Amino acid sequence: MAEITTLREAIAGLVRDGDVVAMEGFTHLIPFAAGHEVLRQQRRNLTLVRMTPDVIYDQLIGAGCAKKLIFSWGGNPGVGSLHRLRDAVEHDWPAPLEIQEHGHGDLANAYVAGASNLPFAVLRAYAGSDLPKHNDKIKFIQCPFTGESLAAVPSIRPDVTVIHAQKSDRKGNILLWGILGVQKEAVLAAKRAIVTVEEIVDELNAWPNACILPHWTISAVCRVPGGGFPSYAHGYYERDNRFYQAWDAVARDRDTFQKWIKAHILDTDNFEEFRQVLAESVSQET
Amino acid sequence: MTPSAYTTNEIMTIAAARLLKNGAVCFVGIGLPSTAANLARLTHAPDIVLIYESGPIGAKPSILPLSIGDGNLAETADTVVSTPEIFRYWLQGGRVDVGFLSAAQIDRFANINTTVIGDYKKPGTRLPGAGGAPEIASCAGQVVLVLKQSARGFVKKLDFVTSVGHLDGGDARRRLNLPGKGPVAVVTDLCLMEPDPATKELTVTQLHPGISAEQIRKATEWEIRFAPELKETLLPTKTELEILRDLERRTRLAHGNLTAA
Repeated sequence: MAEITTLREAIAGLVRDGDVVAMEGFTHLIPFAAGHEVLRQQRRNLTLVRMTPDVIYDQLIGAGCAKKLIFSWGGNPGVGSLHRLRDAVEHDWPAPLEIQEHGHGDLANAYVAGASNLPFAVLRAYAGSDLPKHNDKIKFIQCPFTGESLAAVPSIRPDVTVIHAQKSDRKGNILLWGILGVQKEAVLAAKRAIVTVEEIVDELNAWPNACILPHWTISAVCRVPGGGFPSYAHGYYERDNRFYQAWDAVARDRDTFQKWIKAHILDTDNFEEFRQVLAESVSQET
Repeated sequence: MTPSAYTTNEIMTIAAARLLKNGAVCFVGIGLPSTAANLARLTHAPDIVLIYESGPIGAKPSILPLSIGDGNLAETADTVVSTPEIFRYWLQGGRVDVGFLSAAQIDRFANINTTVIGDYKKPGTRLPGAGGAPEIASCAGQVVLVLKQSARGFVKKLDFVTSVGHLDGGDARRRLNLPGKGPVAVVTDLCLMEPDPATKELTVTQLHPGISAEQIRKATEWEIRFAPELKETLLPTKTELEILRDLERRTRLAHGNLTAA
C-alpha cells in the first residue's frame, strides 16, 4: 500500500546503506530529486543499477555513495563523458567502483525476469562479443528444445527501485506516459519502490490501461514538482540541455565537483531549495 | 556543385542517408546515424520507419534529438513502447531491416569497440560502453556504420570487441548462428567501404569527390584494400544540402546552439 509522504521520509525509511538501488528513467523522467536526497542523506556502499547512469549516478558516484555500478551505457547523452564515473573507474576516485557491464537489451530483459520472479533472463546476444569475458554474470546456455546457444543473465531484484512519474491519485495509483523505459519492470522487480510525481490529483481520468502501476505495488509516493529536472517530464517541462552541457565542466574537475555538490545538494534542504540555489549560481555566471 | 561547396561531414551524412531505402525499418543510433536517417526520411525515403532504443517506433522528429529519449521522438512516433518491448519483440523479433550505428573504433572486419581504449581493468580511456549496439549488431537484418575516418578509429586490433561485425571474417557470423547479415557498408568522411563478399574484409569501393587513396591509407591503421574499380560518390545535390542544413539549423536553434553530438 502506497504511503503518501515526503521525499525525505521516504528515502530515510526505504533506502539503506548497502542496498541494491535502481533509479530508472530512459532519458525521460529521471528521478533526480530522489537521487539528490539519497546523496544528501549520505547513503554509502550502494550497488547502483541503471541502464544509462546519466548525470544522476555521476553525482552519486562522485559523492562516494556507490561501491558498485551495474549499467549498459555510461555517457552524458548528447554531450560526452560522465567524468565522475570515468574518474572512479580509471583512478579509483573517490573510491574504487566495481562495474558490471551489460548491453541495453540484456538489462531490459534482466528487469523483466526480475518482475517475472524468474532467476535469469534469456536472450539472443553476445556471440563473439568481449563483454562475457569481463562479466561473469553473462553466460551461455543451450535451448533444451532446439539446441541453440543463447545468452543468460541473472535477473535484477533491487532492494529498492526509485522512479519519477507524471501523476498519481490520492491512493498512489501511478500514471506515466511518453518514453516508458523500464520503470514498470524495475518497480515490479524490487522489494520496495518509491515514486516521485509531478502532481497528486483527485481523479486520474485515464483510460483503463493507462495506470501502469497500481498503488499497492508502491511503498511511497512523494509529490515533487520538477523532480525529474534536468531530464524532462512529458507534458510538464522539457529537458534542460544546457544543464547537461554545463555538467561537463562541473564534473571534469574534482574540486569544482565537490564544491558544487556541497553548495547545491549537501547545503540545501530539499529539491526546491536546490533549484533556487542553482538558479542563483546560473544567473551569476551569465 | 564542387567539393568546396560542402563539408566532409555533410558528404558523409548524405552518402550514408542514400543507403537507406524508402520503407525500410531502421533501428537508429544517436548522433551521426540519427542525422543521416532523418535526412533520408526528409529526402528520398519518406516512408522509412525509424526506431530508437528508448521506445519510439516510426519517429519523425522535426529537429534532431540530442539524447536517445528526447520528447520530440515520442511525440512524432506512430507508437511508443517500453524499452524491454523494443529489444524483445521488435529487434530480437526480427522486425528490423537495418541497424544504423556509429563507433569509437572499428577493425578490418567492422567489429566495433565502444567500451575502452587500453586494458579493461586499467583503462586508458573509459568509453560509454555498449548501449543497445551488441543486440542491434547481432539481430538487425543488416548493419550500416557511419563514422569519421582516422588511424585512431580504424585500427589493426581492437582493445575490446563490444559489438560484432564479421568477427575474423569469412563465414564467422554464420558459424556463430548470428541472425543478421552484419555490416554491409561503412560510410566515412572520405569514402564508402563494403565487406569483400568472401573474406568479409572491408574494401574501399567508393571515394568521395576529391579524396585520394593516399588520404584513406593515412587514415587507416591496417593496410586497407581497394576495389579494382573505384566509384566516385555522386556530389551532394542542392536539395540534399539544403534539407540537411535546414535540419541542422533547426536543431541548433532548438537545443540552444548545441550541436547534436
